[in-house]
Amino acid sequence: MHSVATPLAADAPTVPQSLTGMAEPGSGPEYGKKNPFPAETLATFILNGRRSAKDTYHIELALSGSGFSYEPGDALAVIPVNVPATVEIVLAAANLTGNEEVEVKNLGRKPLLDALREDYDISGLSRAFLTKLAEAVDCSGLRELLADTAIDSYKAYCNGREIVDAIEQFAPTGLAADTLVGLFRRLPPRLYSVASSPLAHPDQVHITVAAVRYHAHGRERKGVCTNYLADLVNAGDRVPVFVQPNKNFRLPADSDTPMIMVGSGTGVAPYRAFVAHRAARGDSGNNWLFFGNPHREYDFFYQSEWRQHLANGTLQRLDVAFSRDQPEKIYVQHRLLERAKDVYAWLEAGAHFYVCGNASDMAVGVHAALLSIIETQGGKSPEAAVAYLEDLKKSHRYQRDVY
Amino acid sequence: MSDKPPSANEAIKANSNYLRGTIAEGLADLSTGAISADDGQLLKFHGTYQQDDRDLRSERRKQGLEKAFAFMVRIRVPGGVATPAQWLEVDRLATEYANGTIKLTTRQAFQFHGVIKSNLKRTIAEINQVALDTIAACGDVNRNVMCNPNPHLSWIHAEVLKLAQKLSDHLTPQSRAYHEIWLDGESLHSSEQEVEPIYGKTYLPRKFKIAIAVPPSNDVDVFANDLAFIAVVEGDQLVGFNVAVGGGMGMSQGAEGTFPRLAEVIGFCTPAQVIDLAEKVVLVQRDYGDRSDRRHARLKYTIEDRGIAWFMQELHTYLGYELEPARAYQFDDNGDRYGWFEDERGNFHLNLFVQGGRVLDTPAYPMRSGLREIAGIHQGDFRLTANQNLVIANIPPAQRPAIEQLLVQYGIRDSHLKSALRLNSLACVALPTCGLALAEAERYLPDLLAELEESIEANGLRHDAITIRMTGCPNGCARPFLAEIGFVGRAPGRYNIYLGGGFAGQRLSKLYRESVRAEAIKPLLDPLITHYAKARNDGERFGDFCIRTGYVAATEQGADFHLNLKPEALNAR
Repeated sequence: MHSVATPLAADAPTVPQSLTGMAEPGSGPEYGKKNPFPAETLATFILNGRRSAKDTYHIELALSGSGFSYEPGDALAVIPVNVPATVEIVLAAANLTGNEEVEVKNLGRKPLLDALREDYDISGLSRAFLTKLAEAVDCSGLRELLADTAIDSYKAYCNGREIVDAIEQFAPTGLAADTLVGLFRRLPPRLYSVASSPLAHPDQVHITVAAVRYHAHGRERKGVCTNYLADLVNAGDRVPVFVQPNKNFRLPADSDTPMIMVGSGTGVAPYRAFVAHRAARGDSGNNWLFFGNPHREYDFFYQSEWRQHLANGTLQRLDVAFSRDQPEKIYVQHRLLERAKDVYAWLEAGAHFYVCGNASDMAVGVHAALLSIIETQGGKSPEAAVAYLEDLKKSHRYQRDVY
Repeated sequence: MSDKPPSANEAIKANSNYLRGTIAEGLADLSTGAISADDGQLLKFHGTYQQDDRDLRSERRKQGLEKAFAFMVRIRVPGGVATPAQWLEVDRLATEYANGTIKLTTRQAFQFHGVIKSNLKRTIAEINQVALDTIAACGDVNRNVMCNPNPHLSWIHAEVLKLAQKLSDHLTPQSRAYHEIWLDGESLHSSEQEVEPIYGKTYLPRKFKIAIAVPPSNDVDVFANDLAFIAVVEGDQLVGFNVAVGGGMGMSQGAEGTFPRLAEVIGFCTPAQVIDLAEKVVLVQRDYGDRSDRRHARLKYTIEDRGIAWFMQELHTYLGYELEPARAYQFDDNGDRYGWFEDERGNFHLNLFVQGGRVLDTPAYPMRSGLREIAGIHQGDFRLTANQNLVIANIPPAQRPAIEQLLVQYGIRDSHLKSALRLNSLACVALPTCGLALAEAERYLPDLLAELEESIEANGLRHDAITIRMTGCPNGCARPFLAEIGFVGRAPGRYNIYLGGGFAGQRLSKLYRESVRAEAIKPLLDPLITHYAKARNDGERFGDFCIRTGYVAATEQGADFHLNLKPEALNAR
């Protein structure tokens, strides 16, 4: 990976409004959740090869002056802004121009356009939003949807829809600007597993972010923070961040404990941190990565690094499952089962077992595969295998970060 | 024999246990789309080359991804004849595992590009399920045996095709490695002598190419082959073949001891003698070819170094008899004859034009779909030509209307209504997949032809055939050194230009200008085209004209290919 450090432009247009006029880093109050640090983007590029339909970004941010420290396994919280396209469609749905002045709690008065961009979650449908909308408009259809007896219809309605759909449908003549902002919750930060080791990259933090983009109900949909990072952040721009520790996803305490890491897609991020950390410390523990994604040719995130780790001996085993590279779908759980004997041997030798990824199917499949391995290789009954896995959990040797 | 140490490839072959190497292990390592360098050399014998998409190299390096590896798979088609069922399967595999196109090669073979390693075994296995194979399509062995598709006289075609198939079978490597690796064959124990009775453990020093021509058409470019058979027909009998040896394209830039060479006729043999003769020529090359310098390893150099008299003496020893004197023969041209033909049995044949041999669908020209539909009803066969084109062959009269209707429906019927220049063009694949390419060929020649066609049209030469060929490097896979106009890539956007090849593939060309920038080609050649239109003799071909008027001197034989260059030819130095 190459880092490209470019100087911050004097009037970088993508800097969130809330950061302009901010004091230079290091000169104000302590940074943290209440005061996110404006981290400079050192590099941002797409990890997927050209033929992929997906865009997964590798983003490197500078932390010098933040006072932050982190460990592999922690998450980085990012405070996004909404992309212009989302703001526009919400304004259009509400029949407003964006020039209207509104009061944002604790932040004072500002143009609606800016408020929608940087202060409010204007995408995610929730019962709270719809309830407030039902109070603001007099729409029987909406009240019916929110009734206790309409749970199934409510779920069906929300599936694939966003705030803009609800405004269009239930407030077709639009809304007053004050009313509109009263409907929203504040824009929450989003968390991403850190993909770097502070030992390997001092004063930096890296994250692996897949842009969430899909089509539903006749409209392009975009994840708020992933698209902020993908579309609006260029090298040199500042991104408001803070560290969110995660004590439940940690390297083993002992540097010679083996570890088995199972992940798919962006789930590989903390493992990049784990292995780099161990490599930097010169740990003797053995490391085994199971990685899955659709196509090796364009979805093998950090492939060159993994092969380098293999060559250096900082990674002992690498098993890959590229689901679309052959007629039958092969996932990480299939590879685990293929390696049952060695996986069990590593567990018996005290290995930690990690699962990480944006796929509950994977976590379920891996859990089932683990139980099967414990049963067949350990000669245990199903109940005994469950107990074995419970023990692993209790001793913090079975850790999961599934989102 | 040479005292020089053998080339590294010789040890790879010797240690490979008859072409097994660690291919199976390499296929199983899914963390990379590549195989080891040594296995890569061995995989050639199995008919596949590791390649990567060179357009993507630098961006992928920045993304932390390895090169976009994928495999080229070449399917042997002896004599270029495939059944409709085979065509349909090749078409299906092109979608399933390759890049959605089918390349028809200059040796009458099918070629796939873009097959990822995870799918390589099933691709090759499925090819074998329709009685085609990939073994010996590449590597230091006898390659796909070529044979003139000859739609004119079916009985001759049937006889030479049979010989082409027999030659192919007889010279196919016997090693069980192919079956074990691709076809789930069991490994059976064989004594060393049994494994490769003809090739031995280290196979040949280099590739070996055989072609059979049926005069007056030299479409197979018979003189570009290590071993050439020129059919001699008297009345209604195929009495035998003139035999020529020592042809080969390919030279290495800067190594003037390397050059393209024409096969030379050494005698006549009967049909019954063909197989054994071929084997003995192969054995002479096996025993005496240079195994130290792969650039100097073809039969052409063995003959050049030791003399044709020496070769004929050796062959005589291996054969146990001398060849009869050669008989008269005449070649008119080496291009395809487009359009409809009726043979002596009343069946019809249609020779289509396929630009660059690349069968694919574009919105404006769904040729691949059309051929698929035709294959669905066709009762005859398909013949790949040496000029990268396709003959829909042996159409019974009753079926011609149905085939014509499909040709019209898919817009293929008028495939050959193009300038005669374009109809006589060949291009190798080059970029983005060929690792040896120095410049574009297949992707660029059509545009260059359009530029030159302006002058062709303006000078009334639309119906005048001129052979024009482009390759991305001096290996010469599209036989540029036999063309009347040849382009050989030197660097991105730069080509050597050769002129003066014989219209029937009977004379090599000579360097006209080296390292010409692509933008400068049209300004350089337009005046020659105009001059040709105005000053040619009646019926004089462009290649002959270039020699007569002094643009280039004639190349009599390979050894003087680099000699007698005009001073302007080397202006890049």
